[in-house]
Amino acid sequence: MSWSWEFTWEILPELAKAALVTIEATLLGSVLAMVIGLVVALLRRSHSRLVRGATIAVTEFIRRTPLLVQLYFVFFALPAYGVTLSPLVAGVLTLGFHYGTYTAEVYRAGIDSVPRGQWEAAKALNLPRRRIWSMVVLPQAIPAVIPALGNYVIGMFKETPLLSGIAVIELLNQAKLISSETYIFLEPITLVGVFFLLLSYPSAILIRRAEARISRR
Amino acid sequence: MTILKTTTLQSDPVERQAVPDPTPMKASDMVRFRQVNKRFGETVVLRDLDLDVAPAEKVAVIGPSGSGKTTILRLLMTLEQPDSGTIEVDGEHLWHKANKRGELIPADEKHLRTMRTHLGMVFQHFNLFPHMSVLRNIIEPLVRVRGMSREEAATRGRTLLDMVGLAEKECAYPGRLSGGQQQRVAIARALAMEPKVMLFDEVTSALDPELVGEVLSVLRELAQQTDMTMIFVTHEMRFAREVADRVVMFDQGQIVEQGPPCEIFKDPTSPRTRAFLKAVLEH
Repeated sequence: MSWSWEFTWEILPELAKAALVTIEATLLGSVLAMVIGLVVALLRRSHSRLVRGATIAVTEFIRRTPLLVQLYFVFFALPAYGVTLSPLVAGVLTLGFHYGTYTAEVYRAGIDSVPRGQWEAAKALNLPRRRIWSMVVLPQAIPAVIPALGNYVIGMFKETPLLSGIAVIELLNQAKLISSETYIFLEPITLVGVFFLLLSYPSAILIRRAEARISRR
Repeated sequence: MTILKTTTLQSDPVERQAVPDPTPMKASDMVRFRQVNKRFGETVVLRDLDLDVAPAEKVAVIGPSGSGKTTILRLLMTLEQPDSGTIEVDGEHLWHKANKRGELIPADEKHLRTMRTHLGMVFQHFNLFPHMSVLRNIIEPLVRVRGMSREEAATRGRTLLDMVGLAEKECAYPGRLSGGQQQRVAIARALAMEPKVMLFDEVTSALDPELVGEVLSVLRELAQQTDMTMIFVTHEMRFAREVADRVVMFDQGQIVEQGPPCEIFKDPTSPRTRAFLKAVLEH
């Protein structure tokens, strides 16, 4: 069997539509992961030991278990407790929480890189703790870690095919549907790979540029 | 001016301290250390320190590196906590407050925040906020802490920048300024908050030699013109001699000797002061 361009053009629109779902899941999951990561990073610096301990326990648990298992749990097991989510919502939430535990580490590194003198100057000026975070520390910590966060977005993008496991019609799932109807795998699966490459490679270059710009500062 | 007093206050750790202060503060004291101890691990940084500073007084603290001079300022600015003893600023306890029975208990953050309004500090490494313009460095604390309007804060900021000779730099970012310019902005920023006591922590030590002069001349003028209480930790002996009302020689966590600059520099009584001055001035 050889490559059929005719078949390729025929399935392209369907796959492109599914690619939009992949992108949607990645973007929503990323926003969620950025927010959760920041919250986790801040909770880990809480004055309360209980809060710090609980945060560490939860994040370790999430990081030490496979994403696919978490997806299955959220989508298939939670309904037993009355929590029924649509596939895409379950997928985005799980991606967001899973990656949030990793972006938290990125934020932590950024926060640690802010010199102690900045905290001390802010305290000497009597800024309240909240303002020290929002005005002094985070505006310096976050720009420095944007490339690292971007790398997690690409990482998450490449993990979205796992959502096919919970019936999200994203790229891979769409390709599988086509293949199961036509018994042709070559074109659909190849196209999926090409889609991922076309989107992730330019993103990676953008991130590398951002990194270079930040290190020049 | 009271210089050294002995008190009977026990050196209990701050946490357990519940002794009413036996020596009522003179109305004239702006800063008062009583039996203050501070240790970092095994190293004793301050040993039973008693130190009084009168309102409007300019005190220069000199002494070898690592002698604990900077710790005096850091305790006052609440950046470090004393292990024991009491510190008062303008008649109020800094690290303690009195409970209903009049006993001293460790102060909470609210009390510390109130007390910090009396104090301002300029750091060795300037510590300007690099992501804010020069003017915003001064304005933000005024707006966020003092509740001033932006316009009012900007007016005050510009006046102070003019005073330190940097009126034309208000839009610049700290990274674009020389060390001397950054330090002058830092001085303006601290002054804007109108503290009663200003603390200067080796403010010229991180500067290239040719930039030291511009910072010292700003400070000299400031010291002459204001009745703000000022404590300088410094290695600039000439500056200390010109500006200070009193020089405090510090070594190994204790005051070795103190007095008017003419006495300390011309005729020090302690051999340690003599040795230190010889080493510094010969250099």
